[in-house]
Amino acid sequence: MKSWPALLSGLLFGMGLSLAGMTDPAKVQGFLDITGDWLPDLAFVMGGALLITMTLTPLILRRHAPLLASQFNLPALQSIDRRLISGSAIFGVGWGLSGYCPGPALVSVIYGYNTTLVFGIAMIAGMFGATLFNPKPRS
Amino acid sequence: MTATEALSPFIAPLLGGLTLGAAAIWLLLSLGRVAGISGILWGVMQGPDRGWRVFFIIGLLVGGLIIHAVLGIAVPGQSSTPLLLVALSGLLVGLGTRIGGGCTSGHGVCGIGRLSVRSIVATATFMSTGVLTVFVIRHLIGGAI
Repeated sequence: MKSWPALLSGLLFGMGLSLAGMTDPAKVQGFLDITGDWLPDLAFVMGGALLITMTLTPLILRRHAPLLASQFNLPALQSIDRRLISGSAIFGVGWGLSGYCPGPALVSVIYGYNTTLVFGIAMIAGMFGATLFNPKPRS
Repeated sequence: MTATEALSPFIAPLLGGLTLGAAAIWLLLSLGRVAGISGILWGVMQGPDRGWRVFFIIGLLVGGLIIHAVLGIAVPGQSSTPLLLVALSGLLVGLGTRIGGGCTSGHGVCGIGRLSVRSIVATATFMSTGVLTVFVIRHLIGGAI
């Protein structure tokens, strides 16, 4: 599979996260603090991102194939199951605890803080830990 | 305060969000893939098909560098959460995103973008427990941690 389109997408994604303030854990926790000093920044980030994806995704998926690959590779699962709910619930607790989710945490590694390094290592450990709960390996 | 002044703090978040959306759309249009960071990171470590994912992650880091080092936007502070809780937080984020099949980007931006019911449910769930967690640490435990 071609690499340069992924590099370009990652580049834009990293720029978007940093520009949006998503790599600032105080802003993320401020958004989640709906009963305190609520910071609306993240609502604008999500709003802007969804404006693009909700408008253009259906148009793109009308195509038979992507521009530079032979087929679309989308998640096949449709069911709302216990794994989806429990996993997402666990993720949200971790997210609220520090204000970092995977994308911003990765970008923040360039800031050189020990918190982001510790977060990153723990996150990777957690990902491997999740395989213990897998009845069969996920692709 | 004029309307422009009132809205100006939100121009960067909005522009950032639009850029994120464009990044996700480009990956879907070009390679037919979902820009879910937790899944891409897992794919880098587990394979198969590591190549494009490695390039995506490299781009992600360089993108952040461009915003701060080239465009001169201030680097944000680090989390004020104590280091031990940051470690717990990372552990839960890694565990939860693998079990739940995605994070803020894969479910929140890409999944909702395709109106996936799974992603809408996942996003509502992690937003709720995130809100609940911040409520507990800020308002129930207060300044204790």
